[in-house]
Amino acid sequence: MELEAAKMIGAGIAALSLAGAGIAIGNIFSSYLSAAMRNPSAAQKQFPNLLLGFALAEATGLFGLVIALIILFAF
Amino acid sequence: MASNPMQQFSVHKIGPEIKVAGIDLSFTNASLFMVISASAILLFLFLGTKEKKIIPDKIQLIAEMFYSFVAKMISDTAGSKAKPYFPFIFSLFMFVLFCNMFGMLPYSFTVTSHIIVTMLMAVFILIAVTIIGFLKHGFGYLKLFVPSGVPVILLPLITVIEVISYLSRPLSLSVRLFANMMAGHTMLKVFGGFVVSLGILGGWLPLGFSVALTGLEVLVAFLQAYVFAILTCIYLNDALNLHH
Repeated sequence: MELEAAKMIGAGIAALSLAGAGIAIGNIFSSYLSAAMRNPSAAQKQFPNLLLGFALAEATGLFGLVIALIILFAF
Repeated sequence: MASNPMQQFSVHKIGPEIKVAGIDLSFTNASLFMVISASAILLFLFLGTKEKKIIPDKIQLIAEMFYSFVAKMISDTAGSKAKPYFPFIFSLFMFVLFCNMFGMLPYSFTVTSHIIVTMLMAVFILIAVTIIGFLKHGFGYLKLFVPSGVPVILLPLITVIEVISYLSRPLSLSVRLFANMMAGHTMLKVFGGFVVSLGILGGWLPLGFSVALTGLEVLVAFLQAYVFAILTCIYLNDALNLHH
């Protein structure tokens, strides 16, 4: 296979890791919402943890995107 | 046609070329935006603390809000022992926040979308935290890598994993900020390119998306500064309160 085509396919596969980030972010917000509906008084206190979890989960998917960009632009 | 979405990250020289001992130290657009962010922070905090009124005006209120936000974050995550490190965490948070926010302006340059900038800060944090840990606990700081309550047979493996995870902290810290900023700005540029290429008839849909994404990016810009600062607090907590 030609190198250029292989790079494109590899970058595409690496970008698939963002699907995991999508699942993770949905999971975090859904569990936060269901917990907040059960106990609204405790919800405000856990809001920083929600943001932290959101950012951590999003970053994990973005690591894959960085791999894709490295394949496309650095090699 | 749409231009290259990565073009916005190019660093170019402003003014004359300065070389010291073979190292290029020229003033670039990256350094220009760092200077702009730093002076904006200084100006904002100077105006906010100039007249220390009991009933604060707007700018003093915002400055106090930032202060209490960071102070609460440090005391919540790292305890009272981390109080002396407040100036460092505060400057770190404000610098990352202002760099991210200045990057949101059109035609500006996002300093934090370059891994060398974020990596420098993250490696500095790792070295500082390690030095603080060894100063506070001596060689007892190495207990951080040996968690208690682990079966003896697993201990060598766990120790190796803990050391690797400790050493990969600056990598994850820097790549998180850099990747978030770069991915967001690339996405904005790609959607901007869609607006141009779809023209007056079909361009309205990506234009709406661009507006929504800009809102998301402002949230991400704040959130990443917050996460960067809070993770620094967590690492500092490990070094100050060794509880394994």
